[in-house]
Amino acid sequence: MTQTSHEEVRIGVYICHCGSNIAGTVDVAEVSRWAGLLPNVVASHDYKFMCSSLGQELIEKDIQENGVNRVVVASCSPHLHEPTFRNACARAGLNPYLFEMANIREQDSWVTVDKGEATKKAQALVAAAVGRVAHQQPLNSLFVPINPDVLVVGGGITGIQATLEIANSGRHVYLIEREPSIGGHMAQFDKTFPTLDCSACILTPKMFDAGNHKNVTMLTWSEVEKVEGYIGNFTVTIRKKARYIDVDLCTGCGVCQEKCPKKVIDDVFEAGLGYRKAVYTPFPQAVPKYPVIDRVNCTFFQKGTCKACEKFCPTGAIKFDQADEVITVTVGNIILATGFDLFDARKIPQYGYGRLANVFTSLEFERLTNAAGPTGGKVVMRDGVTVPKTVGIIHCVGSRDKNYNNYCSAICCMQSLKFAHLVKEKTGAEVYQFYIDMRTPAKAYDEFYQRIIHEDVHFVRGKVAEVTDAARNPGEEGKLIIQVEDTLVGKQRRIPVDMVVLSAGLEARADAKEVALKFGISCSADKWFIEKHPKLDPVATMTDGVFVAGACQGPKDIPASVAQGAAAAARVLSIIGQGEIEIEASTAIVDELACVGCKECITTCPYQAIEFLEDKQKAHVIEALCKGCGTCVGACLSKSISLRHFTDDQLVAEMIGAMWTMKQFERAELEAQNA
Amino acid sequence: MPEPKIIGFLCNWCSYRGADTAGMARLKYPPNVKIVRVPCSGRVSPELVLRTFREGADGVMVLGCHIGDCHYSTGNHRAAKRMPVLKKVLEYSGIDPERLCVNWVSAAEGERFAKIITDFTETIRALPPLTEEMTWTKG
Repeated sequence: MTQTSHEEVRIGVYICHCGSNIAGTVDVAEVSRWAGLLPNVVASHDYKFMCSSLGQELIEKDIQENGVNRVVVASCSPHLHEPTFRNACARAGLNPYLFEMANIREQDSWVTVDKGEATKKAQALVAAAVGRVAHQQPLNSLFVPINPDVLVVGGGITGIQATLEIANSGRHVYLIEREPSIGGHMAQFDKTFPTLDCSACILTPKMFDAGNHKNVTMLTWSEVEKVEGYIGNFTVTIRKKARYIDVDLCTGCGVCQEKCPKKVIDDVFEAGLGYRKAVYTPFPQAVPKYPVIDRVNCTFFQKGTCKACEKFCPTGAIKFDQADEVITVTVGNIILATGFDLFDARKIPQYGYGRLANVFTSLEFERLTNAAGPTGGKVVMRDGVTVPKTVGIIHCVGSRDKNYNNYCSAICCMQSLKFAHLVKEKTGAEVYQFYIDMRTPAKAYDEFYQRIIHEDVHFVRGKVAEVTDAARNPGEEGKLIIQVEDTLVGKQRRIPVDMVVLSAGLEARADAKEVALKFGISCSADKWFIEKHPKLDPVATMTDGVFVAGACQGPKDIPASVAQGAAAAARVLSIIGQGEIEIEASTAIVDELACVGCKECITTCPYQAIEFLEDKQKAHVIEALCKGCGTCVGACLSKSISLRHFTDDQLVAEMIGAMWTMKQFERAELEAQNA
Repeated sequence: MPEPKIIGFLCNWCSYRGADTAGMARLKYPPNVKIVRVPCSGRVSPELVLRTFREGADGVMVLGCHIGDCHYSTGNHRAAKRMPVLKKVLEYSGIDPERLCVNWVSAAEGERFAKIITDFTETIRALPPLTEEMTWTKG
């Protein structure tokens, strides 16, 4: 790779037939002949399949034997074969950035009806590429070393899985969780579908492992404040909220919780159905075992007296004067596993949640059936004693509804079937399922559905219009009446039940957008984090070194979340294994002589990749941060910033190549008309 | 009347791929637009558009990702803010601002891409060649 900008430009042009895909519409021989007459072109060929090994050898031979030092291939989209031909150039010793592609298939032969027009368009596109390639410069990729430590944000099952995979491989993980304990939503569940195994039994060992792993630094009751840097070299600022507990002294004995006189409704872990104290661990198996003091509800913090916990603590671990601590950690990669929020069922007033006592959300029902929950696992109505005789379970609450969320929340069908089974098992009540479509597409899911059908659960296909306590006949007195159109029967039905469970959908976290901004990734319109590719790159994001896993990327059940947690860990480990990483060669560069120091580029850059050199009063691009979008180039008023491989010279030459060809044809046409 | 000559600056990630999607679906549209690939619609400087008109283009297109979908998160926001100002400059210079098309196409929107190209080509066909328009303005 010894090209300099001063050597003679010798361009080789290769026109691909792509079988008949191109050659059927474009006169490839004519394009090839004509391209041979363009300036600096020393070789021009057309060939059946340029991407075949014989086609690539044609290029390599011209580079090695005929002194070709710029290559243009006119074939399909660069998104398909640019890497192929760049590699061919590199194999022959030519810098891959001295290659350019003309897209005469997707953007010409496949979309143009008239053969003559298609040929002319191909000529214009080839001339554009020839014009451009003459201005292209060799570029070398930059390599930066990778910090092997990893940050996992979110201590739900996804984050725990990712943490364990990475920690077990011998790498260090910082696992950060904003609640006092890791465990996430899964810790709130009783049974998991479709196997009905106990959620806590399979989760708590993993929580313990993650919390006590020698390669894991667990930071609970903590939040990320700031992220700086780039793949391989992130600096993350973390706020460790004051627990008011000295964790070095605390043994997790629980005396403080016992003695605390202040009872608080627990609307996080117990979904509002149970109580906790002002000093608390969310649940007995919490990891870490240390409690936190809830400042807002603590009598001492609010009224200045009490200190019951401090009085009784056997190790003197209560520290009322503790303050938030801000720490920074350096990591090479980040996995976001921040999970989901439950759809707020109050947004659908006609379903009566919050107004009608015996309408429950799915999360409340999970707590009701949980043996460690507020009722000890008894399925009872809001009065705490009455066992329901009929239960209606409503699917798609807040999902598949253009008024709320268009998407399917993916877990509700299976969750509702599980609820039906648990109600049957625990109370023997009649159960009605109100569904739009049953969606059970995973291993052993449909079998579970069949099983529930045979447990004599009633299935009513239709979207529930209303849940009301306004009885129309004596049979409905004292009941909740579910008004629904049964679309299989084609009739309106009113079904009186004792208890209604709303299978609320999943939503992105309320603060998902702020989190995305902090980590430099994007959110969809529904606020789910956007992955790099929906099929082929589901856990990477457009920001290198930042990965997403689990329900923060879209609604997911436990198996899918665990798979993504492990997948993200595998991606991170493969990057760590490389030791160093190649970063975008097409980056921006400032001509310091021309820069006037206006800082316009700095405010424009989406990646904070441009710094201001105070001593010189000039802008400076941090290459490792630059993604090569060129937005700064568009903004620069003094024309002193340029983007490698997309310079003004190159783009103008490409545009002129196309314009020149079109003008040539136009002139020829006019002359023909006049003659 | 000669066929209009149009240059389209398309971002690499959404609109260029949208053009590829149109191709894969074999949608047919007029051949007038020649595409120049840029990393992001934010890379398109006003000077580049002006230079393209200067070279004799009858129309210029700047197509990017939909707002919110930008590969570079906010590059297209810059284009969305810049291009309307450029349209005013064009108008001031005696170039019908209709000749600059700014629009958003996702990688999946092959049909939308083909329609935008077809509609814009028709718009430009309805206008006189740029050289004539400029002459009239000079009066």
